[in-house]
Amino acid sequence: MSETKIYIFKRFERFWHWTQALLIITLLTTGFEVHGAYKLFGFEKAVGYHTIAAWSLVGLWVFAIFWHITTGEWKQYIPTLKKVDAMVKYYALGIFTNAPHPFRTTQLKKHNPLQRLAYLGVMLFIGPLIWVTGWFYIMHDYWTVWGLNKYLSLEWVAFFHTIAAFMMLIFLIAHVYLITTGHTLTAHLKAMITGWEEVDGEEVEAPVSK
Amino acid sequence: MRMSARRWCSMLVGLWLVSAAAFAADAVKEAPPVKMNSTADHSKFKQLQEKFASGPEVTKACLSCHTEAARQVHRTKHWTWEYMNPDNQQRLGKKNVLNNFCISISQNYPFCTGCHVGYGWKDKNFDFTVEENVDCLVCHDTTGTYKKPGGLAGNPVVGKPLESPPGSGKFINPVDLTKVAQKIGKTSRDTCGACHFYGGGGDGVKHGDMDSSLMAPDKELDVHMDATGLDFSCATCHATSSHDVPGSRYKPAAKEKHSAFIRGKADQGNPATCQACHGNMPHKEKTRLNTHAEKIACQTCHVPTFARGGVATKMSWDWSTAGKKGPDGKHMTKKDEHKHVIYDTRKGDFIVAEKVKPEYRWFNGDIKYTLLSDKVEKSDTPTPINRIGGSATDGRSMIWPMKIMHGNQPFDPVNKTLVMPHTAGNDDIGYWKNLEWEKAIASGMQNMGAPFSGKVDFIKTEMYWPITHMVAPKDKAVACVECHSAESRLKGIDGVYMPSYSNKGWLDLIGWLAAALTLIGVLIHGGLRIVMSGRK
Repeated sequence: MSETKIYIFKRFERFWHWTQALLIITLLTTGFEVHGAYKLFGFEKAVGYHTIAAWSLVGLWVFAIFWHITTGEWKQYIPTLKKVDAMVKYYALGIFTNAPHPFRTTQLKKHNPLQRLAYLGVMLFIGPLIWVTGWFYIMHDYWTVWGLNKYLSLEWVAFFHTIAAFMMLIFLIAHVYLITTGHTLTAHLKAMITGWEEVDGEEVEAPVSK
Repeated sequence: MRMSARRWCSMLVGLWLVSAAAFAADAVKEAPPVKMNSTADHSKFKQLQEKFASGPEVTKACLSCHTEAARQVHRTKHWTWEYMNPDNQQRLGKKNVLNNFCISISQNYPFCTGCHVGYGWKDKNFDFTVEENVDCLVCHDTTGTYKKPGGLAGNPVVGKPLESPPGSGKFINPVDLTKVAQKIGKTSRDTCGACHFYGGGGDGVKHGDMDSSLMAPDKELDVHMDATGLDFSCATCHATSSHDVPGSRYKPAAKEKHSAFIRGKADQGNPATCQACHGNMPHKEKTRLNTHAEKIACQTCHVPTFARGGVATKMSWDWSTAGKKGPDGKHMTKKDEHKHVIYDTRKGDFIVAEKVKPEYRWFNGDIKYTLLSDKVEKSDTPTPINRIGGSATDGRSMIWPMKIMHGNQPFDPVNKTLVMPHTAGNDDIGYWKNLEWEKAIASGMQNMGAPFSGKVDFIKTEMYWPITHMVAPKDKAVACVECHSAESRLKGIDGVYMPSYSNKGWLDLIGWLAAALTLIGVLIHGGLRIVMSGRK
């Protein structure tokens, strides 16, 4: 198999990814401290950092959503069940026997079907849950003024925020591991840093660089 | 006609010179010295030039000008020692309630009434209608020389020195009533404190947030009363009119939702609350704290500890161990390493403490006392001397800091009531001299017209004291983490979600377990990949 590289992650996308990664790790670290899991920055500072990181992520997402819409990249996340079974089979068996990866990365399809489902799940379920609860949490000071305190309880807002945080943590663990399952151990990682992903040299769609 | 610029200039200079000369002449002729804190210098008053032989004589002189003053005082709790709680019709006031310190004033009048704003209340037959019996000086003295020793029924020592206690060789010098009267002034931390700092029979004993350290506190002890700073007197907050001092603990204001009071605004309410000046949204930078203030009394964060001025307060008083004499057969006292008395033959065992973290309770301002007429039951659960009302859901409560005083005090196990013993007094009945409960209680109860079976037992009690003084500067307020942590100060308080404290254990268990399983899963998966690739 020849080594072929294709350009799949554009500059903004890579910036978005890494900034988001940093912010999510910050939010998890400070968030679980606020939740009482451990002591690191101290409660007051943890709350402060958490709030700053949260608003930063909101800002980043405004740009990301705009970028996805205007570039049409949102289509990368349209879910498909095609080859999902093959992907599951690959992760469960094929990967150990060095079987060929059932999915070929292309510029038009840069995520395999499982990735699509996972990322869509993050963006359509975990994301909204953590965002909506997080916003209510951050706006707690105004509940009385806005008349929300009759309908909301901080206890349950925090409860669902925490559930979403655990899900995000689980996603992060799985995600960090799965980046080692590319063409080579570091192929996915390199791709997200440089934009170029090494793929098997066949059936690639242009543009191609060697 | 237009004046030239030069002419304008010279005219202005001329005017300036003339006026400067006039000012210079004024400066030379200095304004005569004048007393600025009052429009009257009482030392110039004819009525106050004579030699007064007693307190009432001074009062008579005061009333010759201040014609309404005594009858104003007559209407106040400071005079009647009585208060009718309008909410539950309980007759309260020092005259009626009992506590778990020195217990009550019954049959101890001459001692207790050393803190009455009057002269001569030596027994229950005191005439509360006599105007001359109002003691103006005890509140308005500015010399610091006016003292009312216990045992004299509220009278100062006059004439010749008084040996106290008799036969001790220690003498109290008489007060120069003329001098005190001539130097009369506004009330001060010293005058209010002369009684209120010494409640419960000694410095700091009763309240915990009021003791002699507040006579000249620094900023750290009390940001408002800071003697070299804002220098508030008690009356700055307890703003008084018609001699009726507001801000009583018999009916406290627990929740105030209003903004700061503005002059002219109707229905101003209690002026002694924090909100009276600060409103209920005072945090300008950390606005999140205003949300806290919807459920948490200001004092909860801003009075981090009480008894922090160097004076210890009593936290517990066990009367049941009183009566033990020393090896010499005489009354004895024991002291701890800080020289605080922790045992006294006359009084029993004490626990005293400084820099005490308050306990916290939902509190709506309702207080119900256990009075002599109420039945009590001995059990391991302390009998409340006063029950405070409040809950997370009644809409009237805030989380308040409390000093909870624990007691073990005599009661009547047959009639099942608390009792009021006769303690002080140089007679053959008072407990402190004779150490016989039956006699002392019989006398105290008879005085109240209350039944007593003659049997004595001891009952555990507790008493709530809302904490409100000793307000620290804002950088010394209780930090977030003191409540937002597993060891929260508000441990056990229901109805509030405190991040970092109130977590659902099972959610955390499931969450961390799922995360751990994911981690183990990927590690096994990765391990297998390594093993399998090695086999090839």
